[in-house]
Amino acid sequence: MVLLTRKIEFSASHRYNNPALSPEENQRIFGKCNNPHGHGHNYTLEVTVAGEPDPVTGMVVDLADLKKLLEQEVMKRMDHRHLNFEVPELAGQIPTCENVARVIWNLLEPKIPQGRLHRVRLYESPDLFADCFRNGAGRNGSAS
Amino acid sequence: MTALGYAGGDLKIELGRRYRFAASHRLHSAQMSDAENARIYGKCNNACGHGHNYTVEISISGDVDPATGMIANLADLDSFVQREIIEPFDHRSLNEEVDAFRAEVPTTENLCIEIYRRMQAFPLAKLERVRVEETSNNSFEYAGDEAVSDSDGAL
Repeated sequence: MVLLTRKIEFSASHRYNNPALSPEENQRIFGKCNNPHGHGHNYTLEVTVAGEPDPVTGMVVDLADLKKLLEQEVMKRMDHRHLNFEVPELAGQIPTCENVARVIWNLLEPKIPQGRLHRVRLYESPDLFADCFRNGAGRNGSAS
Repeated sequence: MTALGYAGGDLKIELGRRYRFAASHRLHSAQMSDAENARIYGKCNNACGHGHNYTVEISISGDVDPATGMIANLADLDSFVQREIIEPFDHRSLNEEVDAFRAEVPTTENLCIEIYRRMQAFPLAKLERVRVEETSNNSFEYAGDEAVSDSDGAL
């Protein structure tokens, strides 16, 4: 089992606001992330694919295919977009790192061309990130 | 908010947050002679100590609250870490000012374990692991003694 990780960066805006809560509660819970005009981040996404290297090509997954998939599913959908208004998969969810990572997982997992999706790590800033993976996927890539 | 479209179930989400503090330490074990200490710890045994800019990475897990989209409110995590880790360690001598290191050598292995011990009291999420970078070239990780097996997800 070998893990391969591809990193991409995208920029997007978002706002944390739950319409079921009062403005005061939103402000208390989300602080400056509740600013009515939103704000943005440079996100870094690390996508890790697990598999055995193909005996002919030596690859776990063809990086060109993976790059294309990330362009199609993530960049086109999220880069220079407002996550609250322009990403239907996030409709009704607060676009936190946790939720965006899970949406990206769900977009990518069925379409990984070779191997299997092992981990999605989404950095909202260098000091804050969320990991999404299958429960029970081993630390080194093996099912456990 | 209702009908959040969770895939739920067997997907696991962890949140990682990085913090920084600067502290001094000296590696010296009372159980060894001065010569042995010097041989084993080298310049880290320098009698007057030395310091590092430490980076601490805390990973937590739990259910993502549909109302907030969060495993735990970041402000709560930040204030807990500030109180339990940053204030007691930042710009301190680990040997002289942190009780745990009166008896233990303040290697970054032991520092990891001490930070893990303190973070286990965080009431709002499950602590997954603690990773400490002593320098940009040396990092250490502790996930509790049971988690040395590979059952806790992706590295």
